[in-house]
Amino acid sequence: MKIKKRILASGLIGLAFSTVLVACSSTADNQNNKQLSGNLTSVGSTAMQPFVEEASKTFMSNNPGVQINVQGGGSGQGLTAAMNDTADLGNSDIFAEEKQKIDASKLVDHKAFVVGIAPVVNPNVGVTNLTQQQLIDIFTGKIKNWKEVGGKDQAIVLVNRSESSGTRAAFAKFALKDNKEFRGKGGIVEDSSGTVRKIIGQTQGAIGYLAFSYVDNTVKALTLDGVQPTNENVTTNKWKVWAYEHIYTNANGKNKPLEEAFIKYILSDEVQKGLVTKLNYIPITNMKVERDASGNVK
Amino acid sequence: MKERGNTSLAEKLQTPARRIFWTEWRGRSITYVSVWIVILILLSLLWFITSKGLQPFLNGEITLSQFFSTNWSPQDNKFGSLYIMLGSFMVTIGATLISAPLGISAAIFMTEIAPKWGKKVLQPATEILVGIPSVVYGFIGLTLLVPFIGKLIGGIGFGLLSGILVLSIMILPTIISISVDAIEAVPQKYREGSYALGATRWQTIWKIVLKTALPGLMTAVVLGMARAFGEALAVQMVIGNVPNAPFHFFISIHTLTSMITQNMGNTVPGETFNQILWSMALVLLLMTLVFILVIRLITRRRDVS
Repeated sequence: MKIKKRILASGLIGLAFSTVLVACSSTADNQNNKQLSGNLTSVGSTAMQPFVEEASKTFMSNNPGVQINVQGGGSGQGLTAAMNDTADLGNSDIFAEEKQKIDASKLVDHKAFVVGIAPVVNPNVGVTNLTQQQLIDIFTGKIKNWKEVGGKDQAIVLVNRSESSGTRAAFAKFALKDNKEFRGKGGIVEDSSGTVRKIIGQTQGAIGYLAFSYVDNTVKALTLDGVQPTNENVTTNKWKVWAYEHIYTNANGKNKPLEEAFIKYILSDEVQKGLVTKLNYIPITNMKVERDASGNVK
Repeated sequence: MKERGNTSLAEKLQTPARRIFWTEWRGRSITYVSVWIVILILLSLLWFITSKGLQPFLNGEITLSQFFSTNWSPQDNKFGSLYIMLGSFMVTIGATLISAPLGISAAIFMTEIAPKWGKKVLQPATEILVGIPSVVYGFIGLTLLVPFIGKLIGGIGFGLLSGILVLSIMILPTIISISVDAIEAVPQKYREGSYALGATRWQTIWKIVLKTALPGLMTAVVLGMARAFGEALAVQMVIGNVPNAPFHFFISIHTLTSMITQNMGNTVPGETFNQILWSMALVLLLMTLVFILVIRLITRRRDVS
């Protein structure tokens, strides 16, 4: 009796065990068929770096065989690395066509998301709206005091980004209509958005420009010709000062399947509606207009 | 045991010698390899920066006179860098003018006037100053110094003066510690001889100690200058980074180092702008070599005397 029971029990356990094993191996097989593996390197724009890092973290946990190595370095480095295929993904704030010495035909452009750029001022200047012409006059040095545009009697201090910055290029192109910026004697040039915000916040009469995601209550974003700098206005191009954030891949990249899978993930609803929105950027899927490298809007 | 007993005396004597020979050979080869690696790195660095820095001139993208002009406007392919170089020099000279007297005085205090207290309190203090990263200096400068100067003078606070003040604090510990070494190296008998002749302490310090330690003190100052010249981060945060003529204390200026750090990443290798940054790096390198040459000359003079 006892022995019989034991045999039965062991048989049952054995059966259960084998079913589990079979089940395990079959799911493992399924996963192996789909599973991606390999390494990806991402180099470039420091502005995009936090986004790419976050996205690659979730991508890696979804695909345990994939290792993504995210580095900064700047847009120029990103484009060069993608062109020479020394990195798989080259992140850039500007179109490859806009850079000297970059052969855009060797690159494939993937627009990851959109940033709106707003002119921001120190909250004490007493101005909330500028016309585009006034903005151009301020940045070209024709208007030197806030009282000339209806604000306080305060000297205007220009806070620019460095000459090679993508944000500066976009701002000059779409907010200043390609007018040459004035190298103000009292002006300041800073490298990072965080420092620009800090300086505008603490300097009387300061004006500069920041991506929407950097605007907080220490600075004030201006309306331009009455248009609010909001994500909705960017999607319809009512607010004209915005830029794509690009992920470039080499046209003949050695890691093509993996690159494509990652780009597909970046463009998926999960990232566009999740991470992009969370970081206060504008999902590429929300854009109702499209703009090419020379600035023409369709 | 038995076998060893059989070996001849000559062999016995040779065995340990051979072992020592191998040990010696191993040690020597490790040191030689290390030295050659260092020399190789240095030479390749020199070669790399020189060849990269000369490229825009060899390719005819810019002439020397254009490079040393004042017309800086990368959008129009104008890369006149004179004001940027002068900016580096002005910040360095200004910081040295503040730090050298302060640092040497502190060193005199620590060695001649209050050696015990100086060693106990001032030495750790200077060591802490050395250990603070330059970003922290820059950030403190940006948060405290810049608004303070702005309020005091009525401008924005960015510019030559802020850069000079931040840098002078940064190079102070370098100048102090090397000056202390130089003054301590002055033989005690010189001081005793001076006192024996009836000189006061002040006369001894001024006429004997400082005179004798002068080459060492000069080395301290030049090393401080070299550090100031090469500093990028802290300076970049407080000078405003606009290539104006650097002859005014309260307007934004630019330096070579901050120009390179701000634009190297965003420009594309091969682009004129990028190549010009390499030329600026070459200027920095040459200036550092000049500093080292000056130190060599100073110390050689000490050896002769």
